[in-house]
Amino acid sequence: MKKLLELRYVIVSILILLIVWQIAFVFSDYSAALFPSPLMALQALGEMLVSGQLLTSLGTSMYRFVIGYVLSVLCAVMLGLLLGCIPPLYRYVNPLLQVLRPVSPTAWMPFVVLLFGIGDVPAIVIIFIAAFFPVLLSTASAVFRMDPLYFRVAESFGIKYPALLWKIILPAIFPSIANAIHVSLGSAWIFLVAGEMVGAQSGLGYQIIDARNNVRADYLLATILVIGLIGLLLDYLIGRLEKAILRAWGGA
Amino acid sequence: MSYIHIEHAGKSYVEQDQIFRALSDVNLDIERGELICLLGPSGCGKSTLLNAIAGFDLLDEGVVEIDGKKVNAPSTKNVTIFQNYGLLPWRTVIRNVELGLEQKSLKKEERRRIAEHYLQVVKLEAFKNRFPGQLSGGQKQRVAIARALAVEPDIIFMDEPFGALDAITRMKLQDDIVELCRNEKKTIIFVTHDIDEATYLADRVVVMTPNPGKIKAVIPVPLHHDRDRTSGDFLLVRDKIFDVLSMKVETDIEYNI
Ligand SMILES: Nc1ncnc2c1ncn2[C@@H]1O[C@H](COP(=O)(O)OP(=O)(O)O)[C@@H](O)[C@H]1O
Ligand SMILES: [Mg+2]
Repeated sequence: MKKLLELRYVIVSILILLIVWQIAFVFSDYSAALFPSPLMALQALGEMLVSGQLLTSLGTSMYRFVIGYVLSVLCAVMLGLLLGCIPPLYRYVNPLLQVLRPVSPTAWMPFVVLLFGIGDVPAIVIIFIAAFFPVLLSTASAVFRMDPLYFRVAESFGIKYPALLWKIILPAIFPSIANAIHVSLGSAWIFLVAGEMVGAQSGLGYQIIDARNNVRADYLLATILVIGLIGLLLDYLIGRLEKAILRAWGGA
Repeated sequence: MSYIHIEHAGKSYVEQDQIFRALSDVNLDIERGELICLLGPSGCGKSTLLNAIAGFDLLDEGVVEIDGKKVNAPSTKNVTIFQNYGLLPWRTVIRNVELGLEQKSLKKEERRRIAEHYLQVVKLEAFKNRFPGQLSGGQKQRVAIARALAVEPDIIFMDEPFGALDAITRMKLQDDIVELCRNEKKTIIFVTHDIDEATYLADRVVVMTPNPGKIKAVIPVPLHHDRDRTSGDFLLVRDKIFDVLSMKVETDIEYNI
């Protein structure tokens, strides 16, 4: 999941999936409507593309995803910096975080739906929660683990807050929080689908529910395929971004 | 009164319910433009004393005054150069040198000009767009020196700045420091555990001993203009320091018997 693998590995692994799937299709007793073949799923994918349904869902999902994820990372990093720079505050807030963190983002869904109704908000909220805690906690602990030498240098040259934050602390901790930002993108994408299945009437997640309601397993599997591929693509893109930032900052 | 005035300086740490005297009754006066070496074995309180003068860690007892004012926080008039360089790895060499200048209200071009000038002084202008990770240890420390000089400090504090460097690089940098001092007339307080380094650099060597950390002797080095590492005078001063330090060993032996 780290990089887009070499092409031949990709091709072979997709072939393996298709072959196993095809064998399962041939030997299973289920009707084709419930358990379609790879070809049928691809046809469904084609139909979805042609009808424009796929692009609409994709657009809706991406919109929610980008808002939820970017907002979450920004808030988490800012709050993490605040907690990291003010240890007493951290000591008070940390127990609360430890209680909230193990709660699955899906557990909040019914509550969020009750408050905001069906639509964009529940999906955005669930993505926000999914990415928030890992990034927040890793930011705060990265500040704690910072080399004290950096603070001495800053003191020596009279660099104070707020310049201290963006000149010293943020770049110093970036390598250690980049991983959390990267990994939480994956979990945010996972929970987007969950959020749309429960709290929305549009998007890729809803498309799965819709396919189920219409007993269109071919649409359902095609959608799953798209979700997987987009997840892979997002992971690849953020990996590139991470590397670009690290390179611009002379690390690695 | 002298430029830097240290009187009855003391500091203790509590370690496992035991009070440990890191510094005890230290008295020292330093004049403007002097290069003072704090010399002694590890744990004798050199860094503790330096940090107290620089304002990083304050004393429990006594006072440190610079220019008649009590030190109670680091001042931007002075800079510290650290053993581990303290360069920001995410900034290029020239941007590292600009770091301290950014706190002053200077135009961007002016800042760049000053930074380039001091990179020239440390002979690293060709490396200005590199990142610290691409430099050798000696080059990194020279960047740190350029960064310190760029803000035109009154006092430069150095805590074993060449401790992580090989012997030859170390000697080269010592030469650079001596030259800079003569040209720029800075007051420098330099911590080292290397007797030759102290003898070569200092106007006065402050010899310290541990348990409790205190000043054993202050030895003037009358070698102002000709610092030949093999000359008789050099060896004489070196011998004197050895003497002072080994006296400690003798008293220990007597004590044990
Ligand atoms: N933060 C601290 N806590 C406890 N003991 C300390 C601390 N800093 C220094 N010491 C002790 O004080 C003594 C002097 O330390 P230091 O000034 O760093 O010595 P030097 O720089 O000469 O090697 C050492 O024995 C060290 O263990
Ligand atoms: Mg030390």
